[in-house]
Amino acid sequence: MEATIKRSLLMQLKEILPGLCFFKPIIFIICLLPFAFFVSGAINQQLGPNPVEAMIRGFGDWAFYFILIGLTISPARKLFKINWLIQYRRMIGLFAFFYVCIHFSSYIWFDQYFDIGKIIQDIIKRPFIAIGFISFLMLVPLALTSTNKMMRRLKKNWGRLHKLVYPVSILTLLHYFMMVKADYLVPIVLLVILSSLLGYRFIPKLLKRS
Amino acid sequence: MSIIIKTDRTHPLEQGIKPSEITSESAYLNRREFIKQSGILAGAAWTGGLVAGGLSLPAMAASSDYGNDFKDLIKTPYGKGESLTSFKDATTYNNFYEFGTGKKDPAANAQEFVTEPWSITVEGEANKTGTFHLEDILLHAQMEERIYRFRCVEAWSMVVPWVGFSLADMLKRFEPNSKAKYVEFETLYDPKQMPGQKRRVLDWPYRDGLRMDEAMNPLCFMAVGLYGRDLPNQNGAPIRLVVPWKYGFKNIKSIVKIKFTEHEPVCTWNVTGPKEYGFYSNVNPNVDHPRWSQATERKLGANFWEPKTKTQIFNGYGEQVAHLYKDMDLTKYF
Repeated sequence: MEATIKRSLLMQLKEILPGLCFFKPIIFIICLLPFAFFVSGAINQQLGPNPVEAMIRGFGDWAFYFILIGLTISPARKLFKINWLIQYRRMIGLFAFFYVCIHFSSYIWFDQYFDIGKIIQDIIKRPFIAIGFISFLMLVPLALTSTNKMMRRLKKNWGRLHKLVYPVSILTLLHYFMMVKADYLVPIVLLVILSSLLGYRFIPKLLKRS
Repeated sequence: MSIIIKTDRTHPLEQGIKPSEITSESAYLNRREFIKQSGILAGAAWTGGLVAGGLSLPAMAASSDYGNDFKDLIKTPYGKGESLTSFKDATTYNNFYEFGTGKKDPAANAQEFVTEPWSITVEGEANKTGTFHLEDILLHAQMEERIYRFRCVEAWSMVVPWVGFSLADMLKRFEPNSKAKYVEFETLYDPKQMPGQKRRVLDWPYRDGLRMDEAMNPLCFMAVGLYGRDLPNQNGAPIRLVVPWKYGFKNIKSIVKIKFTEHEPVCTWNVTGPKEYGFYSNVNPNVDHPRWSQATERKLGANFWEPKTKTQIFNGYGEQVAHLYKDMDLTKYF
């Protein structure tokens, strides 16, 4: 009895919450918190002895976390039957792109100080930077086609195009793995999460085919 | 502490250092006093010259950064004119994987680390081998302060006023024989105290080494302190190596073993990544790490607008050490 009441309360909450007008702006502000943390940390000199490194890495970490959050939305929606989650997929995806952009631009700015020659050399010479750069390039068309207009215009191709996020997620994690000196614990945890998110999508399909 | 004290009665050190058996509590509590006294004696020999000169060293960091755990420390001209990294930065941004792989981990996890009593085992191609209590080794050391540039292989750098003594002076007292071509150092292995060793991130215990002529170079330093204070645990207490012309990871910390060998010793990072971390690992802006450039370095404490510093060959100590590598292809022996 109690259980059913609880469940129905939860169900109600699940339905009411997204309907509230302030819900979307709140999510938006939450997504900005990591950015605010690093910017205020940089201003108040609280990013430690090597603030540039802390900031570049921090933005990179959050770019990948947002890719993972974005990839969680469809499975969560299906598993827990929370349909409105889909309304947040675009926002999360664009935030992933936002963190990738500030990750890349803080590298260009504070690591290379806009020395174009050196940046090009770095991308050509160092596979892990090249892979990071390729993932950035692959995300650009996804961000550009994120509007409703583009969705309508591209029709079926929109879905196809946005499947690019799967290879991007793998490349991004590879970018992380290749940067590590010896301790792979964190990227391995992220690999387990990413594998389950991609596995959820592709394993049933593969099983059907065979 | 799980150090087994091995007493080697067949090779006692006659002059000064004796392989001791058990350290009484009073003896190890007095270690700090020994250090201070040896400082006083050595200081007397230098009076007038460098002691006074020490006051005029331009490189003093904020006075709050400085301690006086070592009285009458000899100030040396090393590093004159360098501006020091702050004590806080040098002691909170550390690579000491025994205490965790994050930069803040060592400062957080090493506070309970027990460094007294401490002993060092000397093995291999030398006449005076055995296990020595640290205070016996320090008893004969001339404590001095040297300001050295420190360049990490990860392309960050700092400037630290180390307190310690010449490595060569110490090694000579063990009387290495003619077969001693290399010297190998080993860090304590004690996962109970060093939580980072519970995972096999590196091939524990941490080992590193030098060619004998490198080790005998007057720049090589055994540090027991920094900024006038006892060495903080996260910086490699109670005793660590400082070789300023090599990348930071060669500066092995919390040393429990010194071995004189005929063959090139195994070095932990070299085993982990033979293509990335060579035996020599001399600071060299012209030989990049395969994954990043070594041409420049980021000074700890530098803000966002401060450009990176150009890295110098042999970290700027070429005059003193370049001759050790003449006729060697530094891209091959990186």
